[in-house]
Amino acid sequence: MRLRAIVLGAIGVLLVAIVSGLALTWHPTFPPISPPSSAATDERVFGLGAELAAIGNCNDCHVANSGTPYAGGRSLPTPFGTIYSSNITPDVATGIGTWSEAAFRRAMRDGVDREGRELYPAFPYDHFTKATDDDVHALYVYLMAQPAARNVIPPNDLKFPLNFRPMVAGWKLLFLREAQLEPDRGKSAEWNRGRYLVEGLGHCGACHTPRNILGAEERNSAYAGGTAEGWNAPPLNSYTVAAQPWTAKQLAEYLSTGWHRLHGAAAGPMTDVTRNLGRASQQDVRAIATYIASLSSGSGNPKQAAPPKAGNPVADTPAEVAAIYDGACANCHNDRNDVGPSKALSLTLSSAVREAGSANAVRVVLEGIPARSDAPGAYMPPFGGILTDQQIELLAAYVRARYTDQSPWTDIRQEITKARKNGS
Amino acid sequence: MTIALHVNGASREVNADPSTPLLYVLRNDLALHGPKFGCGLGQCGACTVHLDGRATFSCVLPIAAVGDRKVTTLEGLLEDGKPNKLQQAFIDEQAAQCGYCIAGMVMRAQTLLRANPHPTDEEIKQHMRPNLCRCGTHAGILRAIKRAAA
Repeated sequence: MRLRAIVLGAIGVLLVAIVSGLALTWHPTFPPISPPSSAATDERVFGLGAELAAIGNCNDCHVANSGTPYAGGRSLPTPFGTIYSSNITPDVATGIGTWSEAAFRRAMRDGVDREGRELYPAFPYDHFTKATDDDVHALYVYLMAQPAARNVIPPNDLKFPLNFRPMVAGWKLLFLREAQLEPDRGKSAEWNRGRYLVEGLGHCGACHTPRNILGAEERNSAYAGGTAEGWNAPPLNSYTVAAQPWTAKQLAEYLSTGWHRLHGAAAGPMTDVTRNLGRASQQDVRAIATYIASLSSGSGNPKQAAPPKAGNPVADTPAEVAAIYDGACANCHNDRNDVGPSKALSLTLSSAVREAGSANAVRVVLEGIPARSDAPGAYMPPFGGILTDQQIELLAAYVRARYTDQSPWTDIRQEITKARKNGS
Repeated sequence: MTIALHVNGASREVNADPSTPLLYVLRNDLALHGPKFGCGLGQCGACTVHLDGRATFSCVLPIAAVGDRKVTTLEGLLEDGKPNKLQQAFIDEQAAQCGYCIAGMVMRAQTLLRANPHPTDEEIKQHMRPNLCRCGTHAGILRAIKRAAA
């Protein structure tokens, strides 16, 4: 009798689990629509959508290998396998041409596609869920007015069991918080606007916040620094390593031009972010800067107070390394407070040289900083073909010792190997 | 300080500070005037030479870093003292205005043709991006490279 009750109870619990699991993973399909005619597009809404798409950096991931914006197919390596970005042009067969606005909104808010399938959180809906209805509407109008590009996206290449999409429902249960942000009355309207953009469409934390073992952002370490495509996304909170504290004004200039006189050039994945923010309204960029600057305000780490101005004397350096530095680097990176036509800073100001790991410094040396064709900006030639790996290793250690008072890097060789593997 | 270099198939010794850019030594010590000084910052490509067959800005390459890697300049492309196929194509297409960038253009283009003997226009444009021409002879340069690839 008792055994029967236990068995029945267990079956009952199992059924409830299965049913609630199904309820969690089952989402209705939105019926397909014919793509809206772009002739009827409201210009003001389209313009707002364009600006928000720039702030969201949408075209960075959703770009085709051919360079067609929003056509998708870019491969995104993750610790769980490779994900291919989707085609978000209004192409009926391969894009989102059949998506109603309600379907689009659900994707942005809940991470579910038109047909009810779970979307992987490489698409940062954990941030986009905070976007207002008006902003989601503007983005929808903007994307639906793009030229439809036929581009078949390859299937994702994820490890078992993550290749089973319903698994994502569990992830969402743990990590997706769909609540909208409540304005902080104690802060300025500009700060609140900045927070809305940074936490929402801007999804800055996707790179600048460390992730846990399940690939979710660690809420307790927000903006403590993360990684992006092999690069180090530096901390934006009080752990900042910047030689000079960032002010909101400096950040606004850096974010919209990709360069600042006291901080240097954006590089790696941040390059596209700054190019996009150059297209956003100055008002919104200032708001973003105000919020980001507030994350590290008052940090004033005394260790950062006085980076060595003209460099520390470095003992035990092979004469060859100092000669390579003088011949290859110092012509632009001089200590004379003169950035020259390459806009190169004295390395005493460089954040990359001060970071805990050498990833960024190594990648900048190997790949350089490509010149912009659309605006003036910093430039650095790629040294990956000019100097040998061993020379770059010695050079990185030399620069670290000469221009910072931080402990020597121990990861230079590994970072060079990793970067070379990825085609540097 | 005496530094040994391997240039255009011969071993050479130069007496210069080890931080001296290779370009200066090629021009001033070895009288190889193919590579030009344009910007001195690795921006324009006028100084392009081959380092173990790879197109390299010689103005940001200190001689201390060259080691035993083989350097080739425009002069090193000559075959029996005559212009090679690519060099001749630049002459035939009159692909120069002032001509200052052309040595670098030839060196850059040669590495493309070695790896890809029949490149498309798009591949040529992509490959030649690091080298700048102020006179605007890009159309002639493109024709010359295509002629050599034909």
